[in-house]
Amino acid sequence: MHNFPAILLDDELWRIVTLSLQVSLSAVGIAMALGLPLGAALAVWRFPGRDVVVVTLNALMGLPPVVVGLVVYLLLSRAGPLGQLGLLFTPGAMVIAQTILILPIAAALCRQAVEDAWREYEEQLRSLGVEGLQAALTVLWDIRFSLLTAVLAGLGRASAEVGAVMIVGGNIDGVTRVMTTTIALETSKGDLPLALGLGIVLIGVVLLLNGAAHLVKEAAQRRYG
Amino acid sequence: MILPLRLDEVSLTIQGRTVIHPLSLEIAAGPATIILGANGAGKSVLMRLMHGLLSPTSGRVQWRDADPDRVRRMQAMVFQRPVMLRRSALANVQYPLQAAGVAEPERSRVAAAALQEVGLHHLAGRPARAFSGGEQQRLALARAWALHPEVLFLDEPTASLDPTATREIESIIRAFDASGTKIIMATHNLGQARRLGDEVLFIHQGRLVERALVDRFFNQPASAEAAAFIKGELPWV
Amino acid sequence: MLRFLLLLGLTMQAEAQQSYITVASTTSTEQSGLFRHLLPRFERKTGIQVRVVALGTGQALDMGKRGDADVVLVHAKALEEKFVAEGFGVERVEVMYNDFVIVGPKSDPARIAGTKDVVEAFRKIASAKARFASRGDKSGTHFAELQLWKAAGIELEKEKGPWYRDTGSGMGPTLNTAAGMDAYALADRGTWLSFKNRGNLTIAVEGDRKLFNQYGVIRVNPAKHPHVRKAEGQAFIDWLVSDEGQAAIAAYKIGGEQLFFPNAKR
Repeated sequence: MHNFPAILLDDELWRIVTLSLQVSLSAVGIAMALGLPLGAALAVWRFPGRDVVVVTLNALMGLPPVVVGLVVYLLLSRAGPLGQLGLLFTPGAMVIAQTILILPIAAALCRQAVEDAWREYEEQLRSLGVEGLQAALTVLWDIRFSLLTAVLAGLGRASAEVGAVMIVGGNIDGVTRVMTTTIALETSKGDLPLALGLGIVLIGVVLLLNGAAHLVKEAAQRRYG
Repeated sequence: MILPLRLDEVSLTIQGRTVIHPLSLEIAAGPATIILGANGAGKSVLMRLMHGLLSPTSGRVQWRDADPDRVRRMQAMVFQRPVMLRRSALANVQYPLQAAGVAEPERSRVAAAALQEVGLHHLAGRPARAFSGGEQQRLALARAWALHPEVLFLDEPTASLDPTATREIESIIRAFDASGTKIIMATHNLGQARRLGDEVLFIHQGRLVERALVDRFFNQPASAEAAAFIKGELPWV
Repeated sequence: MLRFLLLLGLTMQAEAQQSYITVASTTSTEQSGLFRHLLPRFERKTGIQVRVVALGTGQALDMGKRGDADVVLVHAKALEEKFVAEGFGVERVEVMYNDFVIVGPKSDPARIAGTKDVVEAFRKIASAKARFASRGDKSGTHFAELQLWKAAGIELEKEKGPWYRDTGSGMGPTLNTAAGMDAYALADRGTWLSFKNRGNLTIAVEGDRKLFNQYGVIRVNPAKHPHVRKAEGQAFIDWLVSDEGQAAIAAYKIGGEQLFFPNAKR
């Protein structure tokens, strides 16, 4: 990889972009699968201490990536409890770390959205004989296109962070090197124009994803009302 | 059979304010019952107490059947503003059927028949949220009917609709009534009460003030409040 | 969940298909570009993929202690010998050396340009209180810097002032800082040659034997960490000290200049 814009033709760049997307999109997928039902349940379930849980969840949206990276590293290290899995310094470890980072975003934003919608739906659903978790999941599915915002927020956080993937991935050439760690590397090598160029590519990719998501939402709204 | 419904000294107090004063009544199968009263009198609250959406502060709401699942299953309610899911009309009618455990192909058949009853069959595949107010309310009725409830509660179903849509809704309600479904409807619309009702429960400031058959109520109201209401002097409490 | 298992499965499948070793090395070595030049040759010959995690020397050795690497390749003799003595490594094998240079602003406030005596140069920097950017990150380079201050008779803790900037970071960021504030810094030649953001910096002092920087490669002890890949790790070390490996090291040049000098003992 040498200079911008020549790198746009470089295979290596697109391999790195592909890996970045694989890691971040996987993390978003898992975080949503776990976090959305969690957020929905939290939105409708009233229990003692709920306020504390809600506030904590909101605060966890600001988890520092480097701290998450460190904790996951200690867990996955051979000297740590999950060392047997041999996951350290693999893309799998990066997915795990990013999933932890995005999970609070998924759950907290979903909780807010479901709680707002709940007021509209709750009574009607109860009248139809649907309550509790089943009702929450119905509402969750009904507002799915609004939840796209949560998904994009999570994707943004994952593709932008460098602290967690650097520590648990090791920035290994050809194996765990992603866009953000490459930019960090080129910056520390003093190749600022290249680093900046890569940054533009990264932002471009994220913009494209957001644009695609917007089109999907528009189409769906036309179809489902 | 879950009717008759009995309310035993049922009251509701919310944040210190008594919305329904201790009230006892029995509602039997048969006549279409209108709960009549001014805005804020407590009609909607009373309906929700009967339907089980609210729990009384004191007293008991008792149906004939002791099984709570059957009791729930044999009632349906149509609200002033229906809430539709972001799905097709057909899917919306299928939703409560599915929740009640009705399997295919029965489910689709029943849902399609319900849409047919309310004249929306040609719009079965369209997104329900795109319907007009009148169409959504008809859809709500279809959704309620698909469950074949014994009792159908209606909370001011035409208050938000124009006269044409109102007529359509009223004719559907009449059809339900004719088919044997017990109608319990809250309204402040005198004409509607006369057109659709057989008996009237007149509510005023959270109390049941008068109960009579429709003709007697409108021609010879026994209470002063009912008289004032009929004359149009009590639109708001 | 499905996607996670899929990715995990793919990762593990990839692992099963190709054998690899994890080597903990230093950022300066990685940034010099040596690995990109060297490793494909080894991989082609043996089919073993070498995955390098580049950290500071201290962290690289820590990785070895934890068993997260199969081999460590660093340049801090005393620390390496301690590593082996404590049982974390099997044997220290010398591979190559490179050298450090002192870079500084062209204006040369400490008047050290062209000196052949690096210890004297350090003394002059301290007495002139000329700005100096240190890595301060437990790296081999940092270690070498501290040795030189000591040799110059400077007690850093007492004498350091605002002129001494401890960046706590890798070679590249430290050079960025030095370029940004017209400061002196001790850098390995490899990183310096590929460093692009030089600002007003240029080489002030080079060539003193004391600036030579010896690399050692050590296999992590399987007695402490039974899971390490012994055979593949040994194959890597054997190759590095072989004629072929040593020639490959010598062949690596930036701008026609050789960076690393093979000196494995036979």
